[in-house]
Amino acid sequence: MTNLKKVFLNGIFQENPVLIIMIGLCSVLAVSVTVVNALGMWAAYSFVLIGSELTISAIRNSIPKTIRIPIFIVAIATFTTIVQLIVKAYSPSLDKSLGIFIPLIVVNCIIIGRVEAFSSKNTVFASLIDSLGMSVGYGMVIVSIAFIRELLGTGTILGINVFPSFIKPMLIFILPPGAFFIIGLEIAFLNAFNKKLAKGKGQ
Amino acid sequence: MELIQEISMILINSVLAQNFVIIRFIALCSFVGMTTSMENSIGMGGAVTFVTVMASVISYALHYFILVPFHLEYLQTIAFILTIAVFVQLVELYLKKAVPSLYKAMGIYLPLIATNCMILAVTLLNITEHYSLFIAVIFSIGASLGYTLALILLAGIRTKMRYTTIPKFLQGYPIIFITASFMAIAFLGLQGIAR
Repeated sequence: MTNLKKVFLNGIFQENPVLIIMIGLCSVLAVSVTVVNALGMWAAYSFVLIGSELTISAIRNSIPKTIRIPIFIVAIATFTTIVQLIVKAYSPSLDKSLGIFIPLIVVNCIIIGRVEAFSSKNTVFASLIDSLGMSVGYGMVIVSIAFIRELLGTGTILGINVFPSFIKPMLIFILPPGAFFIIGLEIAFLNAFNKKLAKGKGQ
Repeated sequence: MELIQEISMILINSVLAQNFVIIRFIALCSFVGMTTSMENSIGMGGAVTFVTVMASVISYALHYFILVPFHLEYLQTIAFILTIAVFVQLVELYLKKAVPSLYKAMGIYLPLIATNCMILAVTLLNITEHYSLFIAVIFSIGASLGYTLALILLAGIRTKMRYTTIPKFLQGYPIIFITASFMAIAFLGLQGIAR
């Protein structure tokens, strides 16, 4: 049981896909302009990650070793296409603002990395826990960046004005430079936190 | 004359004003991962340029000659990513056998390229923007030149940064992103030259 808890927390802290391993950055930075977009991206991403980890771990014993990567890619691309069609059908506005980043979930290295490193070797249940942890880790980062960027850049949260009208929002935060700046600071904070955690354990 | 104007517009747009890496946030993994040295980023840039241009021709043909006639457009993502992966594998095999010197220079970057978001993004944008084949090739050249430019710029700055003192809590990745943030401000300044 403690092992599964470790697997879950691993995705959030020690091996946070975005802030520590530095993969899957594109969608995090590009989409985090508003919190609504970030939530949409998180949902799409989690669906693909959980779906493909479960599928691969269920059929892991019948995959030939030599052609495993193409099989992983097909599984991931299938789930991505499902998400793409669902978003297009039910939420055209979200489809417009996420744009190219939904099909790009296929080449999101986090998913193929987790499938290769974890679910091709572990049981379905352990893969479920791992994918939940990873998607929480991803979601925390993308939503927190979006929250800061939307708050500072447009003065709103989820579209509701929070600043009095005489305070002008800093437009730079919803432009590309703001995204790079905030993720840089978040990485610094998580690194400091992990270091503290490691120190506490060592004593 | 109009064609020249269109071509130059697309090139300026994709290299500078809408730079794929810094403004559009595509292929950031290799942007932070491969810029540890100048040679790495030049090698990666060359390999990506070659594969992107070839892949956009192949995927263009695939889309208009196979997917559209059979009404299979919804399989676009799956079909494109598989074609790119297979193509990269073929290029690797071919170079290993035929041009060993080029393979030595580009070989280690090729496996990394199959999951480089740049290539899939360019091939998909070619279709969604309804470019003609010629314009699609120009667009993919521009996009990959922009990618190479961004990588080389960051590699240069990182080489210089080795000799500077950086606050302890920003060492490593954080300072790279903050550098990228300033680069993005510079690139935003170029926005005015394109429509």
